[in-house]
Amino acid sequence: MNNFSYTKVSTLADAIHEIDGDIRNKIVAGGTNINDLLRYFITKADKLVDINPVSEYNSIVRLENGGIRLGALHTNADTAYDPIVEERYPLLSKAILAGASAQIRNMATNGGNLMQRTRCYYFYDIHTPCNKRDLGSGCSAINGYNRIHAVVGQSENCIAVFPSDMCVALAALQATVNISGPNGERTLPFADFHRLPGDTPNIDNNLIHGEIITSIDLPEKGFEKNYSYLKLRDRSSYAFALVSVATGLDIQNNVVKEARIALGGVAHKPWRVLEAEDFLIGKEPVRENFAKAADLILKGAQGYEHNSFKIELAKRAVIRNCMMALNPEVQRPGAKPSV
Amino acid sequence: MTRKPMIGQSISRLEGPLKVTGEAKYAGEYNAENLVYGYVVNSSITKGSISAIDTDDAKKMNGVIEIFTHENRPPTAWFDIQYADMDAPPGTVFKPLKDNIIKYNGQPIALVVAETFEMARYAAMKIKVAYIDEEFETDFKAKLHNERNPKKGLASMLKPPPPKPKGDFEEAYRNSYVQSSGTFKHGTEHHNPMEMFASTVIYQGKGKLKIYDKTQGTINSQLYVANVFGLKMKNVQVISPFVGGAFGSGLRPQYQLFMAVMASLALKRNVRVTLDRTQMFTFGHRPPTIQYTRFGADQNGKVNALYHKASAETSQFEDYVEMVVNWSNMLYPAENTLMESKLVPLDVYSPLDMRAPGGSTGIHAIEITMDELAFKLNIDPLELRLINYSNVDKSSDKEYSSKELRECYLQGAEKFGWSKRNPKPRSMKRGNKLIGYGMATGIWDANRLLARVEARMTSDGKVELKSAVTDIGTGTFTVLSQIASDELGMNLENVTFSYADSSMPFAPIQGGSFTTATVGAAVKTACQALNKKIFKKAASLKESFLSFAQFEDIIFRNGFLILKSDPESRISVVDIFKQLSIKEIKTTNTAMPNPLTSGKKAKAAHSAVFVEVEVDEELGVIEVTRAVTSVAAGKIINPKTAESQILGGMVWGISKALHEETITDHQFGKYMNPNLAEYHIPVHADIHDLSVIFVEEQDQFVNDLGIKGVGEIGIVGMPPAIANAVFHATGKRINDLPIHFERLL
Repeated sequence: MNNFSYTKVSTLADAIHEIDGDIRNKIVAGGTNINDLLRYFITKADKLVDINPVSEYNSIVRLENGGIRLGALHTNADTAYDPIVEERYPLLSKAILAGASAQIRNMATNGGNLMQRTRCYYFYDIHTPCNKRDLGSGCSAINGYNRIHAVVGQSENCIAVFPSDMCVALAALQATVNISGPNGERTLPFADFHRLPGDTPNIDNNLIHGEIITSIDLPEKGFEKNYSYLKLRDRSSYAFALVSVATGLDIQNNVVKEARIALGGVAHKPWRVLEAEDFLIGKEPVRENFAKAADLILKGAQGYEHNSFKIELAKRAVIRNCMMALNPEVQRPGAKPSV
Repeated sequence: MTRKPMIGQSISRLEGPLKVTGEAKYAGEYNAENLVYGYVVNSSITKGSISAIDTDDAKKMNGVIEIFTHENRPPTAWFDIQYADMDAPPGTVFKPLKDNIIKYNGQPIALVVAETFEMARYAAMKIKVAYIDEEFETDFKAKLHNERNPKKGLASMLKPPPPKPKGDFEEAYRNSYVQSSGTFKHGTEHHNPMEMFASTVIYQGKGKLKIYDKTQGTINSQLYVANVFGLKMKNVQVISPFVGGAFGSGLRPQYQLFMAVMASLALKRNVRVTLDRTQMFTFGHRPPTIQYTRFGADQNGKVNALYHKASAETSQFEDYVEMVVNWSNMLYPAENTLMESKLVPLDVYSPLDMRAPGGSTGIHAIEITMDELAFKLNIDPLELRLINYSNVDKSSDKEYSSKELRECYLQGAEKFGWSKRNPKPRSMKRGNKLIGYGMATGIWDANRLLARVEARMTSDGKVELKSAVTDIGTGTFTVLSQIASDELGMNLENVTFSYADSSMPFAPIQGGSFTTATVGAAVKTACQALNKKIFKKAASLKESFLSFAQFEDIIFRNGFLILKSDPESRISVVDIFKQLSIKEIKTTNTAMPNPLTSGKKAKAAHSAVFVEVEVDEELGVIEVTRAVTSVAAGKIINPKTAESQILGGMVWGISKALHEETITDHQFGKYMNPNLAEYHIPVHADIHDLSVIFVEEQDQFVNDLGIKGVGEIGIVGMPPAIANAVFHATGKRINDLPIHFERLL
């Protein structure tokens, strides 16, 4: 950790002013990841701007278009247990509750969840090369221990994965990210928020420095009738996904009218393949069709020494999760997940 | 006059309230006047040397007091032997800051001492180190061809080399009706106790130190400090009243102790050095090991040929050995055996005893090979164990002092419902999950060493006992108090146990499941001696009814000496003190195994483990839904604390089987998951229905109290029982640990 100053602000305008577009000034909200990043000497901040007192983004409100707005400073736990979210967006609730631990979810905020950084071992070890941490130094994971790394969307510069569970559901639900900055407000579709690594793996997302996420909008459609979130990991809690899947299906008269399938743990951002979702439209919601969609989602996947198993595991997870979405009751609290 | 014995009662740990209320102080929590804090800098390369270490910027920082490196450290002992602790394997003990040579990644290379811990840590980041890299070898599997025989040393006393070959293994194996063989691998594992290693050194002037240290042996740390820094033993006091878990990691003094003492002596100040979680991965670990087994049996299931070989990692400077291959013939009485144990030296720190060292490794291979044998013979796995049951340890041809393993098998099977097992793999289902039942046997030595205990009665009739022994969270001083209470015929409230202080009578390092037997026997001896002294004093009183009585005619009960033949004739100890005008009666006694007889029998604790797993085959997800462990470990002094030990071992067994592993990157020669977020141990949601049975076992040979110890026996059988259950569920034989998704897909 290096020396930094710390300031608390109570309005959005003050926050933007304090950050001043300078990359060495960092926002702290829940603080669950920035704390690690500072301690491991990965983020070197000059100034921490604590935005927790900014009260106007700490709630969930209904929107006129039928959707809801999740305040950026609302905690993950409060969001997951919010009655509207539980009733209309159970996929989001379930994804949030699959993440981290109860203690972390109590602190972590919705905006912060989008901003968390990869858990790649090499990224966190300043004595190893890492293009995400130190662009141009190389990727240690490609020839290293890469069991937790990407199989789709990666580049030769970076095979890190984005660790969030919540964002996998947000991707499937086609959320919108509301942003404020020195030049005013703008919105980004969720799919355009996070980036693939390409030649600039040091940049995780399309937020311009100095901008702040204020809220996340969910459209009216929540897929509350047919949804499922499945997370496969090395222990039952407090472990990042090796593969996770968020599925929302709109089924009418035994025909898929609309399908959303997003994957976590396999790419540098929540992974959606529209071709696979389109394929399911008009088809019967049966295993064979889900298997074809799974193949489309993992088309072109490439594994490394320790993570090739993820490709097959991801396909099976997609199929299973679509089947589970047909019977979401098994996911209600207290129910044993079984299909 | 009847009194319910304390031995056998489920007493909650006496220090429990202190621990759960945060009152219990650990080594890194003792405050002292003008205390300064050290933070260790670790090498970022794996092998080579330091060409330059620039501490100028760091030294200039506000609050930094001193920075110690190999260039400016004070002189320490010259000879290797002076660094050797009680658990040092053969070789050359690692010496922190000795010179500029780097032997492993994470090696401590400097100590920053500052006014606060945070300041020291911050300054540590400003130290610039230039290295000359050398090629290193950390890849165990790639260097297997370098395997060699281990050197022998003092450590061989508790870890004997493999037994000599018997009969003609190759011939017998070739002619066996069925054969079963396997290769078994597991990676590096780290102890990861909750409490970080820490030492607080109180400088008491002129070569005199009081040290609060996280250790499993106060006298071991005292010896190390006195030898290395040339201090008198009596001037070094090491105290460790509470230990937040250690699991073997505290059997050797760790480098924070060296650093804190060095700084304290040089600065003549009180110094604390605490390691952080990452640094907890920079000393001992369970070594990665590869094992090969070949077992042969006749058509009735009688095992007649046993081969077991283990190759394990060690460092380049010490030959750390485990007893991995000795167990199979201790369990199964084959006449033709061949056992081998090899080491592969690599550029890592020396491995270190970790919960059931060697046993949890070897028994995994043995019990899976037995399960495969049962499968090939179409004999129930439990039945196969009973067919090969023996009350004789055939590896030494000695009869067991006691062995109630048969009862463990029978009672465990009954409680678990083993009879409901369909022998066919993949035959049992629940919903879309495959169900598997697996079982395994466990064994662990019942050792005992020498210990001394002081017992002192004061004029208020209360007794204080003293021993240097630690209590590493196992309930040691609670059970020792129970033993004393019975021997003295007194309530627990009147017995105080003072412990974990090197100035108290000798106790060995606390490990290997031998502490209760070792120190418990000394407690019994000292209490008996105290009773005798009191009796003599009482008999010396004028007109005493005891004048003509023998010691054997007396019962000690609640502070009274009572004549057995006439319970109305009694005198209180308080009266004795008063009449004789004395303040205390004191005795210090030694107890040790009888060297003439103790080797005449084999001594071991046994267990039988039954496990149910649910496997989601399509996704490769395994859950241990139920497990029963039945244990025969002699007299159980305190069923509650003993059960906690076994449960802890079972949870760790699940962890070893399904979760934990330290990952090494061989590009850099370093561990990549040195934190509890990525070093996976089970969470509550991974642990389901676990139960423990203690089988009645009488053993007057092992020691007077009939104690065998319950530290390691809880883990040894768990991983193979889980792997065998996975085989039963899926038909897949998975020998390598941990069993992750990819091994099942």
